Amino acid sequence: MEDGTDVSLSIAQIVQRLRGSHLHSQLERQAKDCLHRPEIKLESLKEDVRSFLRASGWEKRLQNAVYRELHVQLPQCHPTAPAEHLKEPLAYMRKAQASWEKRVLKSLNSMSTELGVPLARMRPAGEQKDLTNKWNEMGTDEPDLSRFRPVYAPKDFLEVLISLRNPNHDSSEDMTVKSHWGLIQVPLNIRDIPQLRQAYSELNLNNGQLGIDDHAHVHPDLFENNYVHIGKKVVVEQDSAAAQQYSRRGCPTGLRSDLWALILNSTNQPQDVMHYEQLKAGVIQHDLLVDYLIYKDVKLTASNDDYYFVFEDFLYQVLLCFSRDTAVLEHFKYNSATPPKSYVHGKVGNEEFAVLYPPNGVIPFHGFSMYVAPLCFLYNEPSKLYSVFREMYIRYFFRLHSISSSPSGIVALCLQFERLLQAHLPQLFYHLRQIEAQPLRIAFKWMVRAFSGYLSTDQLLLLWDRILGYDSLEVVAVLAAAVFAFRAENLMEVTSLASAEAVLADLSTLKVMPLIQIFLFATAI
Amino acid sequence: MKQVHRAIFIFIFLNLLTCFVLHPEGGTMAGKVKWVTDIEKSVLINNFEKREWVQVTESEDWNFYWMSIQTIRNVFSVDTGYRLSDDQMVNHFPNHYELTRKDLMIKNIKRYRKDLEKESSPLAEKDENGKYIYLDFVPVTFMLPADYNLFVEEFRKNPSSTWIMKPCGKAQGKGIFLINKLSQIKKWSRDSRTSTFVAASSGKEAYVISLYIDNPLLIGGKKFDLRLYVLVTTYRPLKCYMYKLGFCRFCTVKYTPSTSELDNMFVHLTNVAIQKHGDDYNHVHGGKWTVSNLRLYLESTRGKEVTNRLFDQIHWIVVQSLKAVAVNASPSLTSSTANDRILKYNLINDTLNIVTPNGDIPDCRWNRSPPREAMGNYQVLYDEEQAQSENAERDLRSRSGQSLGSKGSKGSAGVRPAAATWK
Repeated sequence: MEDGTDVSLSIAQIVQRLRGSHLHSQLERQAKDCLHRPEIKLESLKEDVRSFLRASGWEKRLQNAVYRELHVQLPQCHPTAPAEHLKEPLAYMRKAQASWEKRVLKSLNSMSTELGVPLARMRPAGEQKDLTNKWNEMGTDEPDLSRFRPVYAPKDFLEVLISLRNPNHDSSEDMTVKSHWGLIQVPLNIRDIPQLRQAYSELNLNNGQLGIDDHAHVHPDLFENNYVHIGKKVVVEQDSAAAQQYSRRGCPTGLRSDLWALILNSTNQPQDVMHYEQLKAGVIQHDLLVDYLIYKDVKLTASNDDYYFVFEDFLYQVLLCFSRDTAVLEHFKYNSATPPKSYVHGKVGNEEFAVLYPPNGVIPFHGFSMYVAPLCFLYNEPSKLYSVFREMYIRYFFRLHSISSSPSGIVALCLQFERLLQAHLPQLFYHLRQIEAQPLRIAFKWMVRAFSGYLSTDQLLLLWDRILGYDSLEVVAVLAAAVFAFRAENLMEVTSLASAEAVLADLSTLKVMPLIQIFLFATAI
Repeated sequence: MKQVHRAIFIFIFLNLLTCFVLHPEGGTMAGKVKWVTDIEKSVLINNFEKREWVQVTESEDWNFYWMSIQTIRNVFSVDTGYRLSDDQMVNHFPNHYELTRKDLMIKNIKRYRKDLEKESSPLAEKDENGKYIYLDFVPVTFMLPADYNLFVEEFRKNPSSTWIMKPCGKAQGKGIFLINKLSQIKKWSRDSRTSTFVAASSGKEAYVISLYIDNPLLIGGKKFDLRLYVLVTTYRPLKCYMYKLGFCRFCTVKYTPSTSELDNMFVHLTNVAIQKHGDDYNHVHGGKWTVSNLRLYLESTRGKEVTNRLFDQIHWIVVQSLKAVAVNASPSLTSSTANDRILKYNLINDTLNIVTPNGDIPDCRWNRSPPREAMGNYQVLYDEEQAQSENAERDLRSRSGQSLGSKGSKGSAGVRPAAATWK
């Protein structure tokens, strides 16, 4: 009977979250309005109203909303477990995350003091007017960014992960040579290839895939035309769950933006547009120190990228608003991270004067804007782009820069990457380790960004299709290992970290799906 | 000017092109291709050297001469020109200026449309407003000072419109400006009283003025144009190939139709030569996107059908322009970024592979279509010979009772299906 209680608990949670939401009031209004309709009879009121809601697509919208809640639901736990266990069950991980956060916040605060730039500042009226006029072309602004440094870069974060240790685990018990080859030394449960083959069965060699079977030399009647036809039906059905399942084999370019919006339940309702406009008003009104970090990051990364430089202005419009969006704070319930707290001047320690900083609790790091950039290829309307990005962040991207035991978390991905390589290319792993070119040192930057900026955009989108389809970032680790496998021959010849980096410097010509498919399904085990 | 010969190699850009001419006299020579060029560009020279062709000077026996514009003028001028022999190729068509000079281009298109109308070709069909259905790819344009009065009449119909003035004989964005008041082109009204012959032959003051399209497609809020490479190997019958790796050039500054920005050339013109001097020009990507990026963006935001139709229409315009004119001038071989250098090197490589298959010495009798493997990154844009043989088949079938439908007559006008992709 335990299962029954779990389910009813789940239901109760979801009902509570949806109660009072905009969708709820829309459903009520629809139900009231439909009473006038001739097919609604008093004697069968309940069934008739339900039929009407089903036929008019409202039931489907509710279904999608429920499906969305399942994605961000807190894991089931013992009723008396403290909230922090919901964020992260393992104490040592929590501790490591907390001390990392302290470091980051300290760095931010000292930057603020050194540069004399306040964490937040109200803009004078003239500046507000200027910014309003320049809203669509902030890229042409040239603020002096030379004094600003990114708060941290991925490699700083990697050092922290490398130093993670489980105090309850005596690793000397498990002294197989191989387990000490890699940089990650925590015993998380990760899947091996036989398990991955089962989990990712849609990707196997017998199934048509986008990214492989839509190639110019393959006749479209063999796979593509039919697959696109099914995709169109999925979009018409407006079913989130179906879209997610469909996405596992890739999304056709013409349907991808609709499919992703469905999977993420980003419907861009008037209230979403209004929310975005409010955020924009917040940006105009006051200036945050993190804004400069965002400017700097965009200028350093996306503006120099062959694909994304075009969208520079959209990136500011999304990220500046993102920093001010307190709705993002919700996700900290299941994120091991905790939003940094700052205190009003002179009142440090006094909780009454505590303020979350930045308002959304997320401090951007070097490369952060690359999470948004690929989405600009799909959505050209700011509030839609914003809402898709935000949902992607609170479902997936946050896991790439917080310390947790989640199977989609960066620690697990790193460990999985190393283990996959060790198991299937032991010679290569050993060789690279000997020349002090630990594979993770090269692959880490790819994984933290989910490969954004390293792959060509069309390939990146095919990869992100599978992240959405399988609701997991695991495929990022698999791809990282597959890339090493692909370039193994050249890597065996190198004699230094620098030359290993050079062999793996340019991934822009790689085709991700064949690499993943071969690695998972054509590797002898 | 003697009519074009069987095997002509024409190499074009959207408004520029280069032509190779073979003269049907003399014999072939055994041995390596001998080349000359007066343009010191590595993308050319590296390609010649890679084929182990032999560099010679202009005064020696050469097979292949990649000429600058000035040299071409000399070769084909009435006074100083000379005949090419059977085994010689040059990279410009004699009347190359028919396409690069904007006034001649306009004249040719207008004449082409009139010709089609006269032969009652369905291609020249107009809609209820008098606009061409299939041939409406040039905005309203006049030549100045010749058509000044006609222009004024049109201007007065829409006094709030903006027009773009482009000098006929210049390239790379030089001398272009926008106007929205008649007073801004007063100069051409004075000159309209002088004879058109004087104005045209001076070449310097002649301009074309076109209605400015103020709602262009923007990406990331920026305006862009397309640089496509088309290769023509024979003109009659028309055989042309489009290079799959064209690119888009973006304005570095946000587009705004506001009149206060009319003077800001960085907003309105996309020529790299101009953008390079803007503050925001980036030397890594050069403000350029590949056409495949463009395709991905359009398919993702607008859908596949719309995007396919767009590219079909672009290809259509190219073919129709070729049919309207002979073409000309030199593509920019200057590379602005590393990616650009690679693109142009590969472009020349693929081009040379098509025109000199197996690295053989040119022979004017050669006129085969290259096999698919030899095309590199080119794809067939239009093959008139093949179209005509298909047409003959279809005619046979239609004579046996089927109606012609929307396809109409082919012949020199080419095929233009109304809705489906035209391949």
